[in-house]
Amino acid sequence: MYEQPTWLHELWIARETLWSGFLTSVQCSALAIVCGTVIGLFAGLALTYGNVMTRLPFRLYVDLIRGTPVFVLVLAVFYMAPALGWQISAFQAGALGLTLFCGSHVAEIVRGSLQAIPRGQLEAGKAIGLTFRQSLAYVLLPQALRQILPTWVNSSTEIVKASTLLSVIGVAELLLSTQQVIARTFMTLEFYLFAGFLFFVINYAIELLGRHIEKRVALP
Amino acid sequence: MNYQLNFSAVWRDFPSLLAGLGLGLELALISIAIGCVIGLTTAFALLSRYPALRILASVYVTVVRNTPILVLILLIYFALPGLGIRLDKLASFIVTLSFYAGAYLTEVFRAGLLSIHKGQREAGLAIGLGEWQVRAYILVPVMLRNVLPALSNNFISLFKDTSLAAAIAVPELTYYARKINVESYRVIETWLVTTALYVAACYLIAMLLRYLEQRLAIRR
Repeated sequence: MYEQPTWLHELWIARETLWSGFLTSVQCSALAIVCGTVIGLFAGLALTYGNVMTRLPFRLYVDLIRGTPVFVLVLAVFYMAPALGWQISAFQAGALGLTLFCGSHVAEIVRGSLQAIPRGQLEAGKAIGLTFRQSLAYVLLPQALRQILPTWVNSSTEIVKASTLLSVIGVAELLLSTQQVIARTFMTLEFYLFAGFLFFVINYAIELLGRHIEKRVALP
Repeated sequence: MNYQLNFSAVWRDFPSLLAGLGLGLELALISIAIGCVIGLTTAFALLSRYPALRILASVYVTVVRNTPILVLILLIYFALPGLGIRLDKLASFIVTLSFYAGAYLTEVFRAGLLSIHKGQREAGLAIGLGEWQVRAYILVPVMLRNVLPALSNNFISLFKDTSLAAAIAVPELTYYARKINVESYRVIETWLVTTALYVAACYLIAMLLRYLEQRLAIRR
């Protein structure tokens, strides 16, 4: 007599597929968040303190990317890079798309919080003889970074969520691995719910970590 | 690099791209309308004096905000039929997007309701309005006009999220773009035009909404 295997049994069989998908999701999100934050920080500084000629290309970059759905961005990078003669893997294309997306969002966050700092702070820095770099490092950024933190945590979770789009271009991250398992087991509801649960866990962990850091760096 | 740009394949299908853009706007409009109703209900639930309602509402908001929308789309489209709920792809996408929008709008409305001075409610009660009348005639109208900027940001991001409907073959802009892409192999042209359409649409919507915000803003 054939017995329908239970969901837990199927989950156990699929554990390696799902685990490697989970790792890929975490990897590409982490890569995009780290690189995107670096790009965004520089772009944000350029947008706030640059002259018109430096601001223009960054403004164009930020507005173009923010006006495009991240799904279209990922598809565009994936299809356009080879057509332009640049051979990159699906993972690289996806990570690049997410990085560009993250960079543009972080740039706006950085610009917003730098501009929210009263001008007097920069002037005070100048008055006590700090160079621009020094006042940036010791006066402006410490204040701006505290402001940035909550929004930055939000956009990090956005990136983790957007990493599911890489499934469409064939990167075996968590969602695509889940779909592969579903194609074999037909347990659609169970495995999609499980994937959703795993993403929730990642994002909730990021949120908790963000709240913890926020408390640690809060001014008394 | 000798890629010859040739837009003819894209121009031939330009009407369907525009139709796709229109459908995306329609989907976003319907979803934000339903999402507002959900969000308003949940926001009042979050602020209610019954702990059960508060917990229920915050679970909904936390779970939906931390789950990738692509997973939600696939879950509702592919997994719900297993439970006997069969929706066609348009209906299922609208349900998903409204559900998703509701969670984000809850936060917006909650913040808006909390920012209204306590005296407004007390004044309403003092002139003999009931608890629900105060909500309908005082709190909600004031709150709605205060949160307009956040509402329009949400609308734009919802419009960008409609690109994900392509994953379940809803014929919107991204769906047609992918179709043209694989049929003609005019990769760069396709994605350039698609991106330009999205950026232009987002920009126009943003300008229109800023104008509306100014018209409807409470004079101070």
